[in-house]
Amino acid sequence: MKVAILGIGLLAPGLVGWESSRAVLAGRRPFQPEEVPEPEAAFLPPNERRRSSDCVRWAVEVAQEAIVQSGLDPVDVPTVFTSSGGEMGVFDKLCRTLATPERMVSPTLFHQSVHNTAAGYWGIATAGRQSSTALSCYDDSFAAGLLEAVAMVCVEQWPVLLVAYDLPVPAPLNEARPIATGFAVALVLAPPSDDSPAMMQVRLETACAEGTGCLENPALDRLRQDNPAARSLPLLIAIAGGGGGTVRLNLHDSQQCILELGSCRT
Amino acid sequence: MLRSVRPMTPLVLSAYTLVTANGRGVGPVLQALRERRSGLKPCDFEDVTLKTYVGRVAGLEDFSLDYEIERFDCRNNRLAWLGLQQDGFMVAVAEAKQRYGAHRIAVVMGTSTSGILETEHAYRTRDPGTDGLPNWYRTRYRYTHNMFSLGHFVRTCLGLQGPAMVISTACSSSAKVFATAARLMQAGLCDAAIVGGVDSLCHTTLYGFSALQLLSAGPCRPCDEDRDGLSLAEAAGYALLESNERISGRGAVALLGYGESTDGYHMSHPHPEGAGAVRAIEDSLLRAGIRPEAIEYVNLHGTATAANDSVEDKAVYSIFGARPACSSTKGWTGHTLGAAGITEAVISALCLTHGLMPGTLNCRRVDPSLKSRVLRENQTGSLSCVVSNIFGFGGNNCSLVLGKL
Repeated sequence: MKVAILGIGLLAPGLVGWESSRAVLAGRRPFQPEEVPEPEAAFLPPNERRRSSDCVRWAVEVAQEAIVQSGLDPVDVPTVFTSSGGEMGVFDKLCRTLATPERMVSPTLFHQSVHNTAAGYWGIATAGRQSSTALSCYDDSFAAGLLEAVAMVCVEQWPVLLVAYDLPVPAPLNEARPIATGFAVALVLAPPSDDSPAMMQVRLETACAEGTGCLENPALDRLRQDNPAARSLPLLIAIAGGGGGTVRLNLHDSQQCILELGSCRT
Repeated sequence: MLRSVRPMTPLVLSAYTLVTANGRGVGPVLQALRERRSGLKPCDFEDVTLKTYVGRVAGLEDFSLDYEIERFDCRNNRLAWLGLQQDGFMVAVAEAKQRYGAHRIAVVMGTSTSGILETEHAYRTRDPGTDGLPNWYRTRYRYTHNMFSLGHFVRTCLGLQGPAMVISTACSSSAKVFATAARLMQAGLCDAAIVGGVDSLCHTTLYGFSALQLLSAGPCRPCDEDRDGLSLAEAAGYALLESNERISGRGAVALLGYGESTDGYHMSHPHPEGAGAVRAIEDSLLRAGIRPEAIEYVNLHGTATAANDSVEDKAVYSIFGARPACSSTKGWTGHTLGAAGITEAVISALCLTHGLMPGTLNCRRVDPSLKSRVLRENQTGSLSCVVSNIFGFGGNNCSLVLGKL
């Protein structure tokens, strides 16, 4: 399966925006993780932004960065949102409320608890009618989302916006799922054409003993291991490097997604 | 940009099964449909004090998962396990494994709340001093509450090694699994797929829908002029999807088309004109390569909320007029949320196989503002092509076309 990459959005400590992160990922500037400024998520109407969760604002921020780069109208682009845990902050608030004798659940909090909350807010922000999928595959959520998005591009011969995100898990839920750093990434994928700036060949292989390896930069590798959405870092580093190369992403213990990159002029 | 929807190759449902409050396996479900016996009862789930009816699957409290799969033990995965035991489904999967190999069968499951009940229980027993969660919970989140738990569990029970994921788009989750599986197969990433959905009762959805004032005090009454909300329920269902080119599917029920869309309108209210619903139904017909006239029966989403039934009616009528018979089966099963897609796909398969069109249970007088031909009494007669609609939170819509080959 071959796809073109038309746009990238990125948000994580020390990696704010794709353009300013490229030099860091390519090793030309040091990686200095700093607290991420509250994302503006300017596509969201003010009312929706006011009541949205962190997940929604992070996901919308990277989605709009990627879509603007692609030059596509978001109304035309189906979406795949992938996240290991989804709205963990909302679950914390809901479960606290449900542990009280009154159990007075807020209706807004309840509708924000679904796994497709970010996808739904993106749909409202862009008034889109296209298909939208939200999925999870625990630590391999990025690879699974990529597979769904690439399959959709190839079957429908139409662009797809992929958004992967997981936010820090609040206490006490972080005892059970310790994610300490936020990470969100978006890719606009499309059928390849002669003038596509970057191309990627995707296939599935039975897992081999060599594994996927770790990143050269130990700080980036810690980020990769901390957050399921950051499992995309080897791909982002390869694109930022501008060359080709092969990236392997685990999909369960039994399979690997093999990504072969072509020319990367973005 | 103009998008063209491409016709798809039919995918045979070479095995399928369903557990709802009406019983375990397709036999009891079909019998309940024929005898017009609802599975809804006054809510007796845990210590919930809401005045509402639920479709609770009996017996989930009376067993736990065996040693090898003990880490997955929670209400949702017990229900998933119960579903796998029915209708010879495990045998059919074992045979498919012989045909294709474990790496070539995908698992695509749908759920809305997964095992969140475990987290709800854990929060009730937090340490009053440290706010910490109990020890038993810490290692269990991954295998119970996490959204992928269900996919991980089903893949483990079936011994499969292909791609797996859990789709969670609220109520449309286990309708969309058919679309994702069809794409994975068409893209050559697998040769067959297990699709399905499992959702179980929990406090989050009971108190959440109550807060939205969408729960009926009695058994839900889809399409009734006095309908006043939905009844929550639980279910587990599965289908084995195989390409018609690989196995002889003559006479079998097959997925002919799917259509997915979003409303882009509101998180918990449908688009007033049903614009997203229309698009989902139209795309499902285009993928099936058939005209609206070919559809004989529409299994409505029909949740029995005032808004859903009236908006869905607008959408269905605008495409089909008043020609095909329409009904909601939620009066039998209740609204099984993330399992509603597979529940109604399997019911649609039973309707096709047995020539049954169930009349909407608990609908005493059809809302006179609805224009579609809503059935109140069961009808029998040969069926060849039906549509099943599922719409959900986030304005997420999915329609399936199922037919006999």
